[in-house]
Amino acid sequence: MGPGELAERIRQRFPEVLEARREVTVTVTPGELTSALEYLRDEEDLSFWFLSDLTATDWPSREPRFWIAYHLQSLEHAHRVRVKVGLAGDDPRVPTVTPLFPTANWHEREVYDFFGVEFDGHPDLRRIEMPEGWVGHPLRKDHPLAGVPTQYKGAFIPPPDQRGV
Amino acid sequence: MPVQRVSGVQLGRTEDELREEAERGILTTTVGKAVAWARKNSMWPATFGLACCAIEMMAAGAAHYDLARWGMEIFRASPRQADLMIVAGRVSQKMGPVLRQIYDQMPEPKWVISMGVCASSGGMFNNYGLIQGVDTIVPVDIYVPGCPPRPEMLMYGILRLHEKVQREARLK
Repeated sequence: MGPGELAERIRQRFPEVLEARREVTVTVTPGELTSALEYLRDEEDLSFWFLSDLTATDWPSREPRFWIAYHLQSLEHAHRVRVKVGLAGDDPRVPTVTPLFPTANWHEREVYDFFGVEFDGHPDLRRIEMPEGWVGHPLRKDHPLAGVPTQYKGAFIPPPDQRGV
Repeated sequence: MPVQRVSGVQLGRTEDELREEAERGILTTTVGKAVAWARKNSMWPATFGLACCAIEMMAAGAAHYDLARWGMEIFRASPRQADLMIVAGRVSQKMGPVLRQIYDQMPEPKWVISMGVCASSGGMFNNYGLIQGVDTIVPVDIYVPGCPPRPEMLMYGILRLHEKVQREARLK
């Protein structure tokens, strides 16, 4: 299925489908997410069995502020689709898709670690890259790029140029 | 027979007395100084290569630069057998506790060389991911600048550390 055809096919079930530069993007609500991914995975002619990526973006001046992107691929039909879901800035949470795609486990932990998005029903929602007990979500746009204190066992050591002698 | 002064060893004798001692084949010093002299001439570094600095550190240990000239060609994989930690490379936030644990496992007396700008201050990685200077978690004796430092620079740092060890002449 080509991208135009694919977009038309998905639009029958989910109306918010955008096709641009031969890429198909489906926008759904957090409530629809699980059923949407299950539909895309299980329909015979779609067969999106492979979750190749799951990531997030942060748009601090917009609402919804956080957008989670699920990149799905069908190895049978050699086509791809992106599913997007927008989350509120004050309490970003979305159902986990780990039961549908086991690979989502670590991806969701990474998004939780870096963006502070809660995945409801996740089997083991811990930080994956930063140390446990680390404070903050460093890929949020409001996290400072540089001059951050070193966090070590509960201590906050200021950056070198602010330490004094 | 001419008497050569050994750098850092205080002989405390007149020329004639020294000449007499040398002819007898005896040299006097303190226990602390003798121990420090032995320590500095056989330091065993712990392998702590973390990034590109480790390549230069390995080069310093290999045939071309040959750290064996100062009795320190054996990089110990076990911190229990090491008395020098060369932090060669950037230390991530997650590696920090590991580094400190390895330091704690090294027997006293022990020394730390912070090799390169990343280990010394975070370097170009001024961000959330890295410890901004390894001196925030372990006491550092010598900072070697550079990105990465050449083996000569590391060797110079090591020689300065030797001077420090001899000067301190501590006995623990």
